[in-house]
Amino acid sequence: MRTLIAFVAAVLFAPLSHAEENRIQRVISPGGIEAWLVEEQAIPMVAVEIMFAGGAHVDAEGQEGAAYLTAGLIEEGAGDMDSQGFALRKEDLSARIGFNSGRDDFTVGMRALTANLDDSFELLHIALTEPTFEQRQIDRVRDQVLSGMKSDLVNPDTQGATEWFKQMFPGSTYGRPTKGTPESVKALTRDNLVETYGRMVAKSRMKIGVVGDIDAATLGPLLDKTFGDLPEGEALDRSPIELSNVSGTHLIQADIPQSTVMLGHEGILRGDDDFIIAYVMNHIFGGGSFNSRLYEEVREKNGLAYSVYSYLSPYDRAGLYMGGVATANERVKQSIDLIRAEWARLANEGVTEEELEKAKKFLTGAFALRFDSNAKIARYLAGLQAADLSIDYIDTRNDLVNAVTKEDVDRVAKRILKPDDLFIVVVGNPTDLDE
Amino acid sequence: MRRLFAALAVALVPQAALAEPVVTSFELDNGMRGVVIEDHRAPVVTHMVWYKVGSADETPGKTGIAHYLEHLLFKGTEKFPNGRFSEIVAENGGRENAFTSRDYTGYFQNIAADRLDLMMEMEADRMRNLVIGDDDWQAERDVVGEERRTRTDNVPSAKFREQFSAALYLGHPYGTPVIGWKAEVEALTKEDALEFYARFYAPKNAILVVAGDVDPVEVEALAKKYYGKIESVDLPEHVRGVEPPHLAERRISMTDPRVAQPQFMRGYLAPSYITAKPGEAEGLVLLADILGGGSTRRMQRVLTRDADMAIYAGAYYSGLARDHGEFVVYAGPKGDTSLAAIEGAVDWMLEDLLENGVTDEELARSKKSLIADEIYSQDSQRALAREYGAALTIGMSIEDIQGWRGRVEATTAEDVMNAARKVLDRKRSVTGILKGPDAEKKEAAE
Repeated sequence: MRTLIAFVAAVLFAPLSHAEENRIQRVISPGGIEAWLVEEQAIPMVAVEIMFAGGAHVDAEGQEGAAYLTAGLIEEGAGDMDSQGFALRKEDLSARIGFNSGRDDFTVGMRALTANLDDSFELLHIALTEPTFEQRQIDRVRDQVLSGMKSDLVNPDTQGATEWFKQMFPGSTYGRPTKGTPESVKALTRDNLVETYGRMVAKSRMKIGVVGDIDAATLGPLLDKTFGDLPEGEALDRSPIELSNVSGTHLIQADIPQSTVMLGHEGILRGDDDFIIAYVMNHIFGGGSFNSRLYEEVREKNGLAYSVYSYLSPYDRAGLYMGGVATANERVKQSIDLIRAEWARLANEGVTEEELEKAKKFLTGAFALRFDSNAKIARYLAGLQAADLSIDYIDTRNDLVNAVTKEDVDRVAKRILKPDDLFIVVVGNPTDLDE
Repeated sequence: MRRLFAALAVALVPQAALAEPVVTSFELDNGMRGVVIEDHRAPVVTHMVWYKVGSADETPGKTGIAHYLEHLLFKGTEKFPNGRFSEIVAENGGRENAFTSRDYTGYFQNIAADRLDLMMEMEADRMRNLVIGDDDWQAERDVVGEERRTRTDNVPSAKFREQFSAALYLGHPYGTPVIGWKAEVEALTKEDALEFYARFYAPKNAILVVAGDVDPVEVEALAKKYYGKIESVDLPEHVRGVEPPHLAERRISMTDPRVAQPQFMRGYLAPSYITAKPGEAEGLVLLADILGGGSTRRMQRVLTRDADMAIYAGAYYSGLARDHGEFVVYAGPKGDTSLAAIEGAVDWMLEDLLENGVTDEELARSKKSLIADEIYSQDSQRALAREYGAALTIGMSIEDIQGWRGRVEATTAEDVMNAARKVLDRKRSVTGILKGPDAEKKEAAE
């Protein structure tokens, strides 16, 4: 029997017949600040995502970890609010604001209730333009970062990744840990942080995505008030970074029952003409579904791992093609050999028409699933802009996937996959590795 | 850690007046229940089937079977053999997965709304018609073994958590890890899995949750068509172990060379949403938030800021369980601070709370913050479906779920203190210490 539990103005919920693509608006504020907006009134909230190109990129030599530390400090005091005052204000507004700094970007995420929109944007404005970087808070957050780093040093995943990047990008920004090193972080001064922050959080490097219960006319002036007085900023160095020619297997001995394996070599950049083809290829090879070749061979047939995967990793200044597996110490070599053989098989023999058709069906059908929350869509909108894609990209994306041919994939597999170039870092206590 | 648990608890609340989610329910003749949560923002749907069976229902000696069976459900049926299920989901642009917990096991697909029909056909088929081949169950058991290594054996804090739970429960199966004890998992067989499957996978033990761009009338018609034709099976009486009274407080201490940041953790056995007296569970949610729900709360304010003796600190209540809840406080000492000092400071804070109560302002702030979390939680269709499923599976009603916000708003400082006095009893607690070799030396030198 069907019970009607709640029936609240169902008319308001008339299905939105159009998909996301038709709904992205380019909003240019009176002061010239651009944001991409999707209006969505179903929930009384607005999600905002702001990306500043930079991140660990902007750390000066010897000041590694500066950008990461500033991300932890913005909420610890801004304007005339101290750490506690800022947190209380955020709570009063029921706003959620978070800052993060990665290899290529410094990101800010905010979720605000429609009822408190103006005040929430004003709080964001103060946080972005008047962070106090009080010495006591610097010391406190620095201690937290240092504690996290100590844990990273005994975490097999971070140990492996740190070593991989260090050897693949010797002496360049990508070779240094995003969080810095204990030495560099201990040496950071307040001036270093203020200076790093000033270079990073600038208008010319900013991309904004907004999704939720707000219209363009309301958003425009808020953009000016919030971001208008940020500095213009200088252009970021986006010249390519060279990869080293390191290959083979590097072992980091660790007394754990399961070894973590990270492997990869050069890939392609997001702007490369072959990117979508490579994306389809990766889905077939080791992308995120229960049907990839690696999943089938390593997990389903041989039970060697719970997780095995590959992915394209297009950083701003270097592209990578990566894979990973975690397996019992006794089966490390067997797993690596199997993955390497698959690497070679795809490069030499390409894919089948059937695999390609299945991949297209999945990738085109699942595309809409990415847009299931305001916060995710906001992140996607900022990401599209950061990748220099056009505002109608979402419209054309499935057509691009559908246009990929078997010849394309076979050619790109040969271009990218180089089994002999693989640089493999193993963390664990493997018993069957002979290197 | 806290965030996850808090999120589970808070997200139970329905919406602010402006956007109450429309939730309807029905029951099929064979005893299966269905719940529909409408979300018309995008033409997608989340289709889930929840079974009221989890690791707490396992036979002694067969720990891990509920989770192992969850893996095996992807192997196939006569109609959709050899992984066809996953292939079809993928070919239709869907994503899928499954999860096992102490009280429930769930399967879901996230897919274009017009493919719901097909998903129901396949999910209904594997409720009773699982076929496990002779050669694929061993490999899958190895996969589970690797999953256990990844999640637990390789991670000192997870091994510690496992020991901690085992110490907290004297007799009840919540003390057993969901993934199972290593030696027992390695010995599980295809027959074990099929026996467990036959016993627990049946319409009366299942709840269908559909969230998304759907019409509830159509969902019910489809459910009748596919799930409704499954024969009703009576479930055998199943009794879980009963937790005896706790008379002695317990302490565990673990040293692992791969621990860089020492940790103090105290867990108290608490009522769950199901076993709590009116107002108790809501009192505990608020108590956890007042003590350790963020940077403006007592533990963080005192321990990580004013006294500057902790790297992190917090508290959480996990009450979404059939038989028992847990109330936990934890902290990571900073620099030269010893674990004994941090434990002393936490104890002092708990005593102070029991003696002096909570202020009206603290209570108001915590209520406000929990209710805002609830509005934001509406933003994820999958999360919402999952929270409804979990709450319904353990025995809450839709009315219970939707009344949560009102009950939190009505909770008084006295309710919070009653819950605190009942739960914060050392006899019902485990104190856990996790440390690396360095901290070991430091404590010894004191």
